[in-house]
Amino acid sequence: MSIKADNLVWKIDSKTIIDGLSFTAQQGKMIGLLGPNGSGKTSLLRLLAGLKKPTSGRITLDGKNIAQIGRRSMAQRVAFIEQHATTNASLKVIDVVKLGRFPHRSMFSGWSTADDAAVTYALERTEMTAKRNDHWQSLSGGEKQRTHLARALAQSPAELILDEPTNHLDIHHQINLLRFVSALPITSIIALHDLNHAAMFCDELIVMQSGRIVASGSPEDVITQALLREVFSVDARVESSPYHSNPHIHFVR
Amino acid sequence: MSVTAVKGGSVRLYSRFAVLIAILVASAVGISLIVGVSVGIGDMPIPLSSTYAAITNRLGWTNVDVNRIHETIIWDYRLSRALVAVFCGAGLALSGAILQSLLRNPLAEPYVLGISAGASTGTVAVIILGLGAGSISLSAGAFIGAFAAFFFVALLSNGARGGADQTILAGVAASQLFNAATSYIVTTSGNAQQARDVMFWLLGSFGAVRWPEFALVSVVVGIGLIVCLFYARVLDAFVFGDEAAASLGVNVSRARLLLFGVTAVMTATIVSMVGTIGFVGLVVPHAARFVVGPLHMRLMPACAIVGAIFMVAADIASRVLIPQQVLPIGVVTALVGVPFFAIILYRFRRAS
Repeated sequence: MSIKADNLVWKIDSKTIIDGLSFTAQQGKMIGLLGPNGSGKTSLLRLLAGLKKPTSGRITLDGKNIAQIGRRSMAQRVAFIEQHATTNASLKVIDVVKLGRFPHRSMFSGWSTADDAAVTYALERTEMTAKRNDHWQSLSGGEKQRTHLARALAQSPAELILDEPTNHLDIHHQINLLRFVSALPITSIIALHDLNHAAMFCDELIVMQSGRIVASGSPEDVITQALLREVFSVDARVESSPYHSNPHIHFVR
Repeated sequence: MSVTAVKGGSVRLYSRFAVLIAILVASAVGISLIVGVSVGIGDMPIPLSSTYAAITNRLGWTNVDVNRIHETIIWDYRLSRALVAVFCGAGLALSGAILQSLLRNPLAEPYVLGISAGASTGTVAVIILGLGAGSISLSAGAFIGAFAAFFFVALLSNGARGGADQTILAGVAASQLFNAATSYIVTTSGNAQQARDVMFWLLGSFGAVRWPEFALVSVVVGIGLIVCLFYARVLDAFVFGDEAAASLGVNVSRARLLLFGVTAVMTATIVSMVGTIGFVGLVVPHAARFVVGPLHMRLMPACAIVGAIFMVAADIASRVLIPQQVLPIGVVTALVGVPFFAIILYRFRRAS
């Protein structure tokens, strides 16, 4: 058991954004978070990353309530990649990746061999080593996203949280990124819009609507004709893909 | 293999350390030289050697004969003025760099938090309305006004919780409000001479600063620089925004409050002594970033050094450009700063 949410409620003023939500993410699994726009995916991810405090309910990491975990300790094990994080500073790729070591360093501690190893590993894993001295502004969308991934990996996290990381990427980079995340040995929770991609790559899916979980489990159990009509208001046929055994959705005109 | 690796690493560390020392020494020499030049310029020119001798005499290191009048001019007027310029330039540049990073806006500068507008209102309240009936000095009035504006902005932008855009908008609102109050006071109750005094003060002048001002501004800016160095990595973590900084483990509201507070104290201190000198806080961080890159551990000292040299040079220019007359320092910084800024923008456009 890695991340566990227990009857989470989050309100802004009187508006309920997350409405009594519970789930458990198993160690090392890739969990896809699905749902229409405004269903509360981003809000849930922010709560899980500890960036916002739930109104009630609790989130535990390996049984420990994250409200009792300090900011820095939290950042040492949970990495978060938000939507469209960009900058106008002319940073190098290596500088961005080094930011991932921030929670592991004290105010004036020098750059350690462990820091160096983590950054080298992250750059290699994301195939950004050759681009390490390129400037942020000169990177393509796919390279920017890979740099964010490298920064998150440099945090040496046990849990990785990604908010629609495939947005604005071409299909090649979308598949690459999902394949990459699914191959990581860590727990990942990833908000996605493409249902077929989610069904292909995720170990488990969670479907949200109006701040609640309306379905969860393996892709086969979750992706059904009835759910697609009810939650996403689309007419579709679902069959088992002949190329991978997971479900594949045909949208009907 | 590991031995050579360690040896290579330590050699690299030593050479980097040597480079750092060399740069710091070169900067200190550069600042000392320009201060010496600044001290030498005026109605009575003083050679660099006399200035050097006068300083070492006073410090008790040497005992050389120096013209008494020269010594008096150096000690009582020009040296304090040049040294205040050093710290004002450094402080404004540091404040500009902090605000540009925290607000993630290349146009942010020390006065974006409404501080100059508040200071000017405080000043006219003392000069024209005679607030405090002589018990409050002009500087104290400016300081109080600056902080009134800062708290107004803090209140409007929802303490430290509001985002960068909200802070900038609140700063614009505060500037409008306090500038309107200043104009109201000047137009309804001032006479022509008072209006001219206020105008001159607003554009900045080092004419009135002496050793007490130096003592205050050097301590305030010195502390500011130390805080900046302590928070250099935190400022780096803000590069992708507040949320990204928070997810890296930064206590965002505490960092914002502390860094805004430091810029407010530095800026208010400087404005209350020498008026609102524009453009240093905007241009110098860009110039420094262009040379040393955006990482704050290097950027902050670079800003302090470049700001110091720029400000002393501007002070020299304000005294020599027109014979027998001293230009407001803010006029010089803008006249020199804008073309310089245009070059940076042009090169920046080509680079990206």
